[in-house]
Amino acid sequence: MASPRADAPSKIILSASDLQRVVDRIAHQILEKTSGATGTVLLGIPTRGVPLAHRLAARIHAFEGIDVPVGSLDITLYRDDLRLQATRALGKTELPGGGIDGRRVVLVDDVLYSGRTVRAALDALKDEGRPSSVQLAVLVDRGHRELPIRADYVGKNIPTSLAESVRVSLTETDGLDEVKLTGGDK
Amino acid sequence: MIKHLRSAADLDAATATLILDTAGEMAALAGREVKKLPTLRGRTVVNLFYEDSTRTRISFEAAAKRLSADVINFSAKGSSVSKGESLKDTALTLQAMGADAVVIRHPASGAPHRLAQWVDGSVVNAGDGTHEHPTQALLDAYTMRSRLGRLDGLKVAIVGDVLHSRVARSNVLLLTTLGAEITVVGPPTLIPLDLAAALSPATKVSYDLDSVLPDMDVVMMLRVQTERMQDSYFPSAREYSRRYGLDIARMRKLPEHAIVMHPGPMNRGMEITPEVADSSRSTIVEQVANGVSARMAVLYLLLGGKA
Amino acid sequence: MTSYLLRGVSVLGAAPADLLIRDGVISSGAPEDAEIIDADGLVALPGLVDLHTHLREPGREDAETVETGSRAAALGGYTAVFAMANTSPVADTAGVVEQVWRLGREAGLVDVQPIGAVTVGLAGKQLAELGAMATSAAGVRIFSDDGHCVADPRLMRRALEYVKAFDGIIAQHAEEPRLTEGAQMHEGEVSTRLGLTGWPAVAEEAIIARDVLLAEHVGSRLHVCHVSTAGSVEVLRQAKARGVRVTAEVTPHHLLLTDELAASYDPVYKVNPPLRTASDVHALREALIEGVIDIVATDHAPHAVEDKECEWAYARPGMVGLETALPVVLSVLGERWELIAERMSRTPARIAGLTGHGTDLKVGQPANLTLVDPSARRVVDPAELASRSRNTPYAGTTLPGRIVATFLRGEPTVLDGKAVK
Repeated sequence: MASPRADAPSKIILSASDLQRVVDRIAHQILEKTSGATGTVLLGIPTRGVPLAHRLAARIHAFEGIDVPVGSLDITLYRDDLRLQATRALGKTELPGGGIDGRRVVLVDDVLYSGRTVRAALDALKDEGRPSSVQLAVLVDRGHRELPIRADYVGKNIPTSLAESVRVSLTETDGLDEVKLTGGDK
Repeated sequence: MIKHLRSAADLDAATATLILDTAGEMAALAGREVKKLPTLRGRTVVNLFYEDSTRTRISFEAAAKRLSADVINFSAKGSSVSKGESLKDTALTLQAMGADAVVIRHPASGAPHRLAQWVDGSVVNAGDGTHEHPTQALLDAYTMRSRLGRLDGLKVAIVGDVLHSRVARSNVLLLTTLGAEITVVGPPTLIPLDLAAALSPATKVSYDLDSVLPDMDVVMMLRVQTERMQDSYFPSAREYSRRYGLDIARMRKLPEHAIVMHPGPMNRGMEITPEVADSSRSTIVEQVANGVSARMAVLYLLLGGKA
Repeated sequence: MTSYLLRGVSVLGAAPADLLIRDGVISSGAPEDAEIIDADGLVALPGLVDLHTHLREPGREDAETVETGSRAAALGGYTAVFAMANTSPVADTAGVVEQVWRLGREAGLVDVQPIGAVTVGLAGKQLAELGAMATSAAGVRIFSDDGHCVADPRLMRRALEYVKAFDGIIAQHAEEPRLTEGAQMHEGEVSTRLGLTGWPAVAEEAIIARDVLLAEHVGSRLHVCHVSTAGSVEVLRQAKARGVRVTAEVTPHHLLLTDELAASYDPVYKVNPPLRTASDVHALREALIEGVIDIVATDHAPHAVEDKECEWAYARPGMVGLETALPVVLSVLGERWELIAERMSRTPARIAGLTGHGTDLKVGQPANLTLVDPSARRVVDPAELASRSRNTPYAGTTLPGRIVATFLRGEPTVLDGKAVK
């Protein structure tokens, strides 16, 4: 994600309370579509997918009293664009106890864009085990897909231009909850 | 990111820590069924070994293969300059083959530096003469951190033939960068006169192993070649092991938590007794396993980004 | 013979005047039909004399020949060079020294004076036929096993004594071999860091100390090659104060470069004795100015590309130096022309007993001289060297001074900065 210039025009897409509502909604949808989250594992993609996965698990617990296992899946070593920029530091891969074999994995990320991150995540997942199915939950879908990938749960669809960038901030990683759209013509 | 790893001095604290953290992730991946990663697919790593060192070569080979790099083993054994191809000609050959990285083990100090002047790819020093062996230092540091939880403030004794040891040089440099306090111990004949000034001013020197042990978190025993006797570095193997060998009695002088390390191959009975080498304090087997993770981390950080 | 009029030349920095060269000598009188050379802004020095040159012929003609080395010398402002004996075959017989001497005459660019080996094959076991070399056509007066030390004290004593019969002098390569086995560079901080086997200063100092005592004991002359350490300077200072007949040389590279350069592991900086520390460099400069070290000698040591484009430990030691010696000395000493003439021309000629060189540029004296443009600056480009080898440590370095012309017995060997043949 290109970081916009400090003076670039920006617009808040989701406020803290919006963001909370969106997470709640996705949590409900997961419960619905997975028959009460049975046999389901949430795997966050570092960096911001991980706290999002934990939030979803917490909300699911609050709504239904169910404990959904949460883990993280770093995809850096599976990226197809490693050679386009300086070497990246690795994130953590931590699978929940019991692993992922035969379970339904819900991948969680902050922004869905080209789809390449998800493609890499699917490759990484394949080397970790054999889930019964894989779903995808994202906070924001900003379009411009380069691969045939779609999300099962979308917090908010945001039409963007390529010149714009979507900046997700979470309290756990950035000190506040907010989604901003920056750059572009206006 | 750095281009070459010729010396532990190529690494600042941030880069060294990044390598150790990355090695940690690599080690975690090593536990799963599918050990291979697609990361360096299409990249070529050449192992250029001018010395027999099966363990180091295999370690690098495993590291490169787990990252899906193509590995070419180029053994140039017994190639003193007089016979065979010069290092420069070999370098030009590797260049033509499109080597993205060359891992070089060489009996001449500085050979990796020379090689880096002739190839475009990254050069990784896998041990050069009596100079350095930086990936050994990285795996040693990784092992210490895994066992003891930190490096900063750790007290480490490096014992033995420091003069001829590439492992010692790299460890002094790297561990000092990462905040450890180093004491080198050995007979004065095997400790370079200007060691502290040359490597790091805070390095302490002692000729008395017994007085050093009670303070140490780590004691690293270096291999001592018996040939050194002929050059009068010490009178006899027996006297050496009495004064500087690590046996059970000496090991008991270490604090409870302290660990014993050895880069291998060991001279059991010379610098270390079998009881010590096989004790629970010994990390010798772990060091070997950690070697692959540390080398994966190095290859990833050198080759895993824009060239 | 052509006559030359050097118009407006400054002899050793004196006020500009005209200098007439006729019939091979400095002349006076009317400069009719003399070729006029505009020497405005140029300084004339007596032709430089190098007591320590490796010309590699016979044996390693791929690295240098008497002819190419002579050309390099002339371009460096030299009119006489002393060719070291470590050729193949070794210059340890009258036959070899005469061959080198004759090749020098044929090249005709500088006077090439062969140095004879002290011991047969430089092996340090048995004296070579020093007398035969002395009475040969080459008239050898300096004997040296350079590259090797005459380490055996008894043999060194005998050599020192023996050459008294024909006013010879032993030039010692001071290096205690047992202290330098496998040595690659100066022993110190840098060698420890680089993991290269050290060449301790004491290995040089111990031999110099021993040899000055031996020379004193037998009343002989001793010359010490390429002094490289502050400790050696102290030993020499004390010996000279006691009246020992010892002279000593320092190379340009030991006056300028330090062991830190080895950090690149580029063997272009590998030399024997090795580059030392900055404090050694300082002591050597002081000693040269003071006269404790008598002369500058190049230790010009050409090596083929394959002997340098390799690992440090496998490379041969040595640097080419004839073409950069005066510029390096100028950068170190500044334009102290009188001192430069003393250290690079007069004293080396005197030590060697070489007549006709190192003489003042006065009427009637042989016209062996060189013209220097002190205001010029030159970036050293190895490809431009006349030496057959390229192993200069100064590639890319800007050095002061340009040698514009050199005359050997009244005939130009260099004009407009180019060798005439």
